[in-house]
Amino acid sequence: MKRILGGLAIAAIVLGTVGCSTDDTDTNEVVLMTHGSFAVSDGVLEAFTDETGITVSVLQSADAGAMVSQAILTKENPVADVLYGIDNTFLSRAIDEDLFIPHQAAAIDTVARGLRVPGDQVTPIDFGDVCLNLNPGGLENLGLETPDQLIDLADAVYRGTLVVEDPTTSSPGLSFLLATIATFGESGDYPWQAYWRDLVANEVRIVPGWDQAYYGEFSGGSGEGDRPIVVSYATSPVAEVYFGDLEAAPTTIVEDGCFRQIEYAGILNGTKAQKAAGQLVDFLLERTFQEDVPLNMFVFPANSDTPLPDVFVDHAVIPTDSRVMEPSWIEENRERWLAEWATVVR
Amino acid sequence: MRTKPWVLLLAVVPTLFLAYFFVYPLVTILYTGLVPEGRIATSAFVEIVTDPTMRSVAWFTLWQAFLSTVFTVALGLPAAYVFARYRFPGRSLFRSLTLIPFVLPTLVVGVAFLAVLGPGSPFGVDLRGTIWAILIAHVFYNLAIVIRGVGVLWEQIDPHIEDAARSLGAGRWRVFREITLPLLRPAILSSASLVFLFSFTSFGVILVLGDLSHSTLEVEIWRQATAFLRLDLASALAVLQLVGVTVILLVYGQATKRDSGEIPLRPSFEVARRPRSAGERAFIAATLGMLGLTVITPIAVLIGRSLSTPTGPALTHYANLFDPPRSSAIFVSPVDAIGNSLRFAIPSVMIAAGIGLMAAVVIVSAKGRSGRIFDTVLMLPLGTSAVTIGFGFLVALDQPVDLRASAMLIPIAHALVAIPFVIRSTVPVMESVQRRLREAAAVLGASPRQAWREVDFPLVSRALAVGALFAFAISVGEFGATSFIARPATSTIPVSIFRLLGRPGTFGEAMAMAVILMVITGIAAMGIESMRGSRSGGV
Repeated sequence: MKRILGGLAIAAIVLGTVGCSTDDTDTNEVVLMTHGSFAVSDGVLEAFTDETGITVSVLQSADAGAMVSQAILTKENPVADVLYGIDNTFLSRAIDEDLFIPHQAAAIDTVARGLRVPGDQVTPIDFGDVCLNLNPGGLENLGLETPDQLIDLADAVYRGTLVVEDPTTSSPGLSFLLATIATFGESGDYPWQAYWRDLVANEVRIVPGWDQAYYGEFSGGSGEGDRPIVVSYATSPVAEVYFGDLEAAPTTIVEDGCFRQIEYAGILNGTKAQKAAGQLVDFLLERTFQEDVPLNMFVFPANSDTPLPDVFVDHAVIPTDSRVMEPSWIEENRERWLAEWATVVR
Repeated sequence: MRTKPWVLLLAVVPTLFLAYFFVYPLVTILYTGLVPEGRIATSAFVEIVTDPTMRSVAWFTLWQAFLSTVFTVALGLPAAYVFARYRFPGRSLFRSLTLIPFVLPTLVVGVAFLAVLGPGSPFGVDLRGTIWAILIAHVFYNLAIVIRGVGVLWEQIDPHIEDAARSLGAGRWRVFREITLPLLRPAILSSASLVFLFSFTSFGVILVLGDLSHSTLEVEIWRQATAFLRLDLASALAVLQLVGVTVILLVYGQATKRDSGEIPLRPSFEVARRPRSAGERAFIAATLGMLGLTVITPIAVLIGRSLSTPTGPALTHYANLFDPPRSSAIFVSPVDAIGNSLRFAIPSVMIAAGIGLMAAVVIVSAKGRSGRIFDTVLMLPLGTSAVTIGFGFLVALDQPVDLRASAMLIPIAHALVAIPFVIRSTVPVMESVQRRLREAAAVLGASPRQAWREVDFPLVSRALAVGALFAFAISVGEFGATSFIARPATSTIPVSIFRLLGRPGTFGEAMAMAVILMVITGIAAMGIESMRGSRSGGV
């Protein structure tokens, strides 16, 4: 028993000193809070340290929604200095909660106007589209035409072909729901609820997350299931080519009914290192970081001067007509839409 | 027996730990959620109580946990018996394999279950989205708890009692029912309580294998907190969950109150023997066959997936992990991932074993009401939602030292979940240590401390090893519970599986990483098995 206690005490002291050395002595530190999909190549954040003398420590949450909740809960005494990865579906809530200090990033002029936020409360860092992905071979085997609009899937011939993610547990799932709302509207003869009723009648499969949908149910690319249509990203075919070392993409996207996700970074209100935080946000929009974004997170850099990797140049499609929705409109209605969606599909 | 001063002293550390890392964050987050502007948000409770969906969620949470527990115990008991009482080739390997499910991330288990119980099932069933898939998964995950938790007592019960009863003409079944079962009762209840709490707060299994009509309170709390951003509803649901868990633990406390009998224990190496009759061999074979079906089939599927390439079975995915052909930060070297996982696991095991053992001694020594209350409170973290604890850490642990961004918080969170395992595996054995054995030691001139060291400790250490093994498994495999604690960007094995499963084209690598996780767990389990063998020679 004594030995265990002694061991514990030593462990506590060792871990304590390790903790202290990073917390107290190193004042030139900034903490970046982000979601679980964040990935960055070795050397990129170190380049920032070389440039500025500021080290970056990264804190990750599993999921973008959890991250926003965490930031709201800790707004009196934020746990980080910069938040990166909040997207347009949660942005308005964060701004209502007064989470951010406005900041005009040095490279902000390189960002397309459509991506920017009024007052520069947050800085756009990357964007991507959530789109239907198709397995052309699988559709052909079923004797089906390639659908080119969302409405096609309401047709009975597409029965049992679509798999989507639950919008209450998955970020692409929420984006797809918003795309249907933006497409079909809330009123009229055929509102979004009617569309979803038709999808349900067509035996849409709803799974909790992207990986169950893509790997488990989708039949195209690296999917191992039997459904030829899935809600995924516009860059998924690019990832198939890249990781599978292929010549051509095994899957395609439907360019209609995509939803644009924009990810932002912002300086957290209450930070004790506002200047350093601003420098980090600037860095996230500069070329070193922006060039690293596509092959790690399979999204597009917001800085339009950034050259894209070859595999993106050759295989990526940026939908020209993505649905965009005002963040405040999403915030006002998210809860109601999700509740209505649940009653339609249950 | 009056509570002795040293018992009170020993209670200080677990009490402070629990108070600061569980009660304080819990109270703070519930207060934040439910009393947003200085007034209690009763509307959140009204909303829950009047919502028929929420009522059915609460009901489902309860009955699926109950059924999961019944099935797990029913299947776990024969397996515990076979491992405790018989020696046969491959016994320790087989027993080590049963621990593997415990560490597997639900995303990975989902893949295996889809293959075994989905449309392409070799058994010709499609159980996707049904309650059966959920129950089978809960059995798959929790079987190890019963096998080890009951086994550690069973292998120490002197078989001569049973032999005596049989020689007096009692049938096998009667001996089991009237002699063995009452002796095992504390361990069975102990394990069942853990299985129940795990199933009651089930999250990943419900999401991955259930469908929209199956939801637990845990899943709803998560939905409210992360999709709807309704922290008041999430808090109200967390209160409901907490009340449910407390009631269940009180019932459990009542049920164990009667169990203070002392069992004649013997070191296991004398107890286990080779099967003698054809009937015994058939029983062992049938039990192992059942284990093979529930535990080993999904594991085999995952190994198969990790080897599958377009050109036939190959080690390509493993090679890609060690030497990535593409430059992407999602490829983490397995060596680094293992190192990171161990960096969290080792302190977790130390904290859980140290505090758990202290708590167990207190529970056993302070008999009566205070011991039971202490026991109940220490079990609560297992039945509290991960979201609640994680968010609680964030709102509470910034004063006086800001621990929220500290890597220390991860092993502490793991230990909170693991301590009940240490307690549940050691308390039944401690309570059963024969007083006579200690009295004999005292007669021979041993001081109480010597008696503890020479008599109790060797017996208890085996049970402690079981608890430590679970603590290790919880820490190495855990991803869900700490996903609500903002963690430093260290790629542990589960984190890197999560990332590899997050984009097209790296599925095989994710499976390979999962197999590496299984191997590590298997090695740890085998290591502890062999340690148990050498230590048990003390009595």
